[in-house]
Amino acid sequence: MISTLEEKPHVPAAPRKRRVPGWAVGMISVAGAVLLLSTTSYLTGFPQMTSSGTTQTAVRLALPILLAGLGGLWAERAGVVNIGLEGMMIMGTWGAAWAGYQWGPWAALVAAVVFGSLGGLLHAIATVTFGVNHIVSGVAINLLGAGLTKYLSTLLFQPLSNNPRQSPPVQPFDTFSAAGLSDWLRELENEQRVIISDVAGILGGLVTGVSPLTMIAILLLPLSYFLLWRTRFGLRLRSVGENPHAADSLGVKVYLHKYVAVIVSGGLAGLGGAALVLNPGQLSYLEGQTGGRGYIGLAAMIFGNWRPGGLLGGAALFGYADGLQLRSGGEVVLGLVYGVVILLGVIVVWQLYRRKWFSAAAAIVVAVLMYLLYITLDEIPGEFVSYAPHMVTLAVLAVASQRLRMPAADGVVYRRG
Amino acid sequence: MGHLRGKLLPPALAIVFSMLLCGVALVISGANPFSAFAAMVTHVGKGSTFVDIINSTGIYYIAALAVAIGFQMNLFNIGVEGQYRVAAVIAAVVGGSIALPTGIHTLVIIIVAALAGAAWAAIPAILKVTRGVNEVISTIMMNGLAIGLSAYLIRRDVFGELRGNNIRTPEIPESGWMPGISFGGGGTMFGFIFVAVALGVGYWVMMNRTRFGFELRASGESSTAASAGGVNAKKMVLFSMLISGAIAGLISLPELLGRDHTFSLNFTAGIGFSGIAIALLGRNHPGGIAFGALLWAFLDKSGLALDNVGVPREIVTIMQGSIVLSVVVAYEVVRRFELAAEQRRVGRELGTVGGAA
Repeated sequence: MISTLEEKPHVPAAPRKRRVPGWAVGMISVAGAVLLLSTTSYLTGFPQMTSSGTTQTAVRLALPILLAGLGGLWAERAGVVNIGLEGMMIMGTWGAAWAGYQWGPWAALVAAVVFGSLGGLLHAIATVTFGVNHIVSGVAINLLGAGLTKYLSTLLFQPLSNNPRQSPPVQPFDTFSAAGLSDWLRELENEQRVIISDVAGILGGLVTGVSPLTMIAILLLPLSYFLLWRTRFGLRLRSVGENPHAADSLGVKVYLHKYVAVIVSGGLAGLGGAALVLNPGQLSYLEGQTGGRGYIGLAAMIFGNWRPGGLLGGAALFGYADGLQLRSGGEVVLGLVYGVVILLGVIVVWQLYRRKWFSAAAAIVVAVLMYLLYITLDEIPGEFVSYAPHMVTLAVLAVASQRLRMPAADGVVYRRG
Repeated sequence: MGHLRGKLLPPALAIVFSMLLCGVALVISGANPFSAFAAMVTHVGKGSTFVDIINSTGIYYIAALAVAIGFQMNLFNIGVEGQYRVAAVIAAVVGGSIALPTGIHTLVIIIVAALAGAAWAAIPAILKVTRGVNEVISTIMMNGLAIGLSAYLIRRDVFGELRGNNIRTPEIPESGWMPGISFGGGGTMFGFIFVAVALGVGYWVMMNRTRFGFELRASGESSTAASAGGVNAKKMVLFSMLISGAIAGLISLPELLGRDHTFSLNFTAGIGFSGIAIALLGRNHPGGIAFGALLWAFLDKSGLALDNVGVPREIVTIMQGSIVLSVVVAYEVVRRFELAAEQRRVGRELGTVGGAA
């Protein structure tokens, strides 16, 4: 005890008080991102970067990532690492297709949540009750989820669709647009005025062709924040993830909270699967459809430092990069590299202002490298754009892993007594 | 005696439990589990199935060894999947574009594959050692990137060429092949199987007869005790990850050198994840892994017979998944049971039964 007291002065000082509240940071980041995008789109001459079509595609692609990430957030806040998100998502896609082609989109959502939760329940039984290593259980659930859905689709879908890898088509949700607002924004976008048209394009994409699922997913984010950070239940759940022994000593039911968290986690991942099945471009279960999005959701959560706001940022970024590639191709995505150079320029100025010479120098080096990349390449190969989330996550982990803070008891097997 | 029982009982329980589970699933879906199982067993003797099982066992064995080296020191190399993919495509490209005498050519391909696998594993290893990045997350990300890299490298404007409906790398000339043992109608056994056996022996010697192996196991048992004993934890992480990656690089070579001679879109994916399951089943022991690999290969290849009796053969994948999950649960239950028995025994000997445990 004494030694820790003596060592205290050597430990870096407690984090400075946040002068800016969280919501303001969020607003500033959003404004900064929009400004950066519109500047880049003018300097590179690609209006597609901020078009409503791109935004619409980006939202559609970001939804599954966001939901999987939320699932990861719930589990990891309660101290259970959930690599099994991918498997739970696969189960969700199957459930959504199975119920969706028979009883419509709302049934699809319910079935997806139920199937995903079953995966979560399995993970909870293995990790919480039996104390199996979280990674091992997650890997097993991924294998099991893939196998189970393959078996069930051969059994139930093949007679209907003549294809063991695909389900019959699923009825989509009716989408709706904010009447009037949507058209007005489109007019503004077409006028091609600096900033205003960009903002109009992005907003237009957000309010046009919205499906109920989009709204549910976007509402689940503040709801999760409220439940986890603003209620007694959430405090207990997070305390279980930080220090289960202390929580137990205060009478918190550790096992119960972990169970609830992991089952909710599976349900959210399953809903992410439904978002894939009900995607207007697809509208059926397809084997291998998730394509590692469960892992990308996990990556988005880590990118967001185990916080909902950051998670939204991560999902938006990954969805946007994917959407841009899908709508406009690798040439325009290369424009994003130019945007990164601008961003690094801002960071250099900021670091110089704060007299952090080393960070500034590092940022300059990276900026120069990125600029060289931009002027030497014609386009970013599509093969790599899909894996931009992976590269961004590795870069974030490499640069900021010391500053990321995950729940203290994350991945630690807890046994009562 | 009790020691051996503790080791063999859990996998036996897990396999029986999984068989029961799949049997119930089959009954629910209206099939007869006994006829399905009989079809699988009799299929072993038909055509080239037996040799296919042996070949597949060798491939799974290498994969599980790669995973097991990491497991020995509580290092999760989830990235075996990506490491062998990258190694396969690079080895195929290099092997197809150089001309060397027979034998040396093969050797060069093997070395290139091992180096490529190790290099791909080096990135997460360095990130872990220098920046403290968790290897699970970084190897998962590297797996994704590996798919992107291999897809890019076999593009027609890079190294690939179009053959029919398939895109593939240039074919490796015959000097770079590794001959197998032909059984006529019974198929051809890959020559690389012998390399797999040698790797298993090498793994056993390394773990049990070398200082490195001792330090590896010591780090796995207790990293604090090991570092107090003078083991350099960072060096161990780096080396074990590199060795694991190098072995992972060899996974695709039986097929590449013995059958396909090219990397194409038909590449067999998912062996890295099976390797994780098999290493768990075999408890990182070279003999146990061999048994697990054989079981996996049997389920894979004999499962093909299920389609003939009207059962979707994907039931086999469910069985594999439930074996992994139930075997880890069984190991944990048995461990707890033995711990409790041990405490009771100690309590009895000290004459303080019911004392603080």
